[in-house]
Amino acid sequence: MTSNSPRWHAFRRSTAGKVLLTPKGGIAGAYLLTLALIALLAPWITPYPYDVQELTIASQAPNLAHWLGTDEFGRDVLSRIMYGARTSLSVSVTAISVSVLIGMTLGAAAGYFGGMFDRLVTAAVDLSWSFPEILIALILVAIIGPGLTSTMLAIGIAYLAQFTRLTRAQILSLKNETYIEATLNLGASHGHIVFRHLMPNALAPVIICGMLATGDAIILEATLGFFGLGAQPPVPSWGAMMSSGSAQIFKAPWIIIFPGLTVAVTVIMINLFGDALIRALDIRAKLREG
Amino acid sequence: MTLLDVKDLSIDIHGIRPLDGISFSVDKGEILGIVGESGSGKSLTALSVMGLLPLIGGRIERGSISFDGTELTTLKEPAFRKLRGRRIAFITQNPMTSLDPVIRVGAQIDQVARLHLGLDAKAAQARSIEIMEQLRIPEAATIYHHFPHQLSGGMKQRIVIAMALAADPDLIIADEPTTALDVTIQAQIVDLLVELVRERGLALILITHDMGVVAQTCDRVVVLYAGRVAESHDVTAIFASPRHPYTKALIRCIPREDTLPGSLTGIPGAVPSVAHYPPGCRYHPRCARMGVPCEKVVPPLEHPTSGGEIACHFPESNGGANV
Repeated sequence: MTSNSPRWHAFRRSTAGKVLLTPKGGIAGAYLLTLALIALLAPWITPYPYDVQELTIASQAPNLAHWLGTDEFGRDVLSRIMYGARTSLSVSVTAISVSVLIGMTLGAAAGYFGGMFDRLVTAAVDLSWSFPEILIALILVAIIGPGLTSTMLAIGIAYLAQFTRLTRAQILSLKNETYIEATLNLGASHGHIVFRHLMPNALAPVIICGMLATGDAIILEATLGFFGLGAQPPVPSWGAMMSSGSAQIFKAPWIIIFPGLTVAVTVIMINLFGDALIRALDIRAKLREG
Repeated sequence: MTLLDVKDLSIDIHGIRPLDGISFSVDKGEILGIVGESGSGKSLTALSVMGLLPLIGGRIERGSISFDGTELTTLKEPAFRKLRGRRIAFITQNPMTSLDPVIRVGAQIDQVARLHLGLDAKAAQARSIEIMEQLRIPEAATIYHHFPHQLSGGMKQRIVIAMALAADPDLIIADEPTTALDVTIQAQIVDLLVELVRERGLALILITHDMGVVAQTCDRVVVLYAGRVAESHDVTAIFASPRHPYTKALIRCIPREDTLPGSLTGIPGAVPSVAHYPPGCRYHPRCARMGVPCEKVVPPLEHPTSGGEIACHFPESNGGANV
């Protein structure tokens, strides 16, 4: 693609182009893509297996053979971080996707139909908003029991309220738009209006919100992992690695520092990407043009 | 033959009655103008026919709306949905806001045919492009893939008209289709609508406040004032000899070539709000010919031998036409 071919111009004007061609979006996009690839290809590209213990080389500082050192059982920290990306990304992305889907449907139905259903949903949302997400997640994991599935469920439910609320607010203002009345005049059913017209129009802010929530979800997953409520050993997760590393924080700080750093950088990158996305998806500006 | 027959229609919205005994009818191949100022009940009439009064919390209190033999006032919503867009199409006032901003215009036309005619994606697209070409949209196949914000106002209104035509309706209701457009485009759009009606033998209800547009396009005209019919007649008759003082005043508001600068007159006052309708004839506070009974007695809608309908205690005898 040369700098003046028509395809290049089309790419520059597309949403992907608008995100990726900014410094923020480009760097964050490249980081996240790499991380996703690492997570996907972990079994083939990690230098060591994640679960083979070798106590003779326990708690080694970073060196040429083990770039990020080894943990208290002699497992390679780098390999475990790469496998941990699998856990962290799959848990947070799945949880948030399900949460967005259910939240949007609930919020759209509440906003569009109103009435008793709306009042019930709003009350539930308000109630769950009065608790911090971590508390909701902890309670849920305590009820269902630890493990990856329950972590996903807990994260999904903890963030449900914000997507429901956001979608409901969007639908409330969108449903009075002339084109909705025009579509009713064409004989469209309520389902058609909600799914084909209202939801796509409400999508942009929800996508951005979901992006930023994915960052928070990674922290929440790490927190649950830290408390031993997430992935169960030997499956590596960044939070669980930090938890086991905390015992040796003075003797072998790399065991806790590198997973912690990965969490921090990943969340920062997700936020940067979300930021770039906000600018690229600014639908309000597009509407003003028209 | 009569396609739509509205008889003695009254509606109720939260205890007020913004339409009070409206009657009119449209035949196939006919263009009916519904004229009146803002607040006279034009758009509510359209909403009643479309069966969408419940959207604004209204209901039909009395009267009947019969479309091609089907009584619409008692029609259940699922059956009504099959009628809306399929046999009765509606063109909204403002094309700027009546298209979904996140869906390509072609897909928006497609959805009508897919919804009502059960066409698949490919057939619907072919049909949409064909309709767009009939509406003289240049490069229809390209415009088909555009988003609404990429199109001009006149082009958007053509898309809205294409959506109305997509399921081959029998009746089109156009609610001030040109109000939001540039004057230069208005005539084009109106001409286009008239042409469609004549070619396809459709019926068109043109809702407008512009007597000039009515004179150019309509066959018959119903003049509404404050939720009641003031007068209705053939368009030639009504312009030649308006009998209701309100009709006469409306016609006087059309700018003409020989109108001297500054001599264009309006109608003093405004349409009373629906909560404060005056007793008797609702036009009497603004009427030049107001007499004793006007303040107390509602003028009945009469059917004079000269044709048409009129509700006035003191109608102009032979019009006093050319004002």
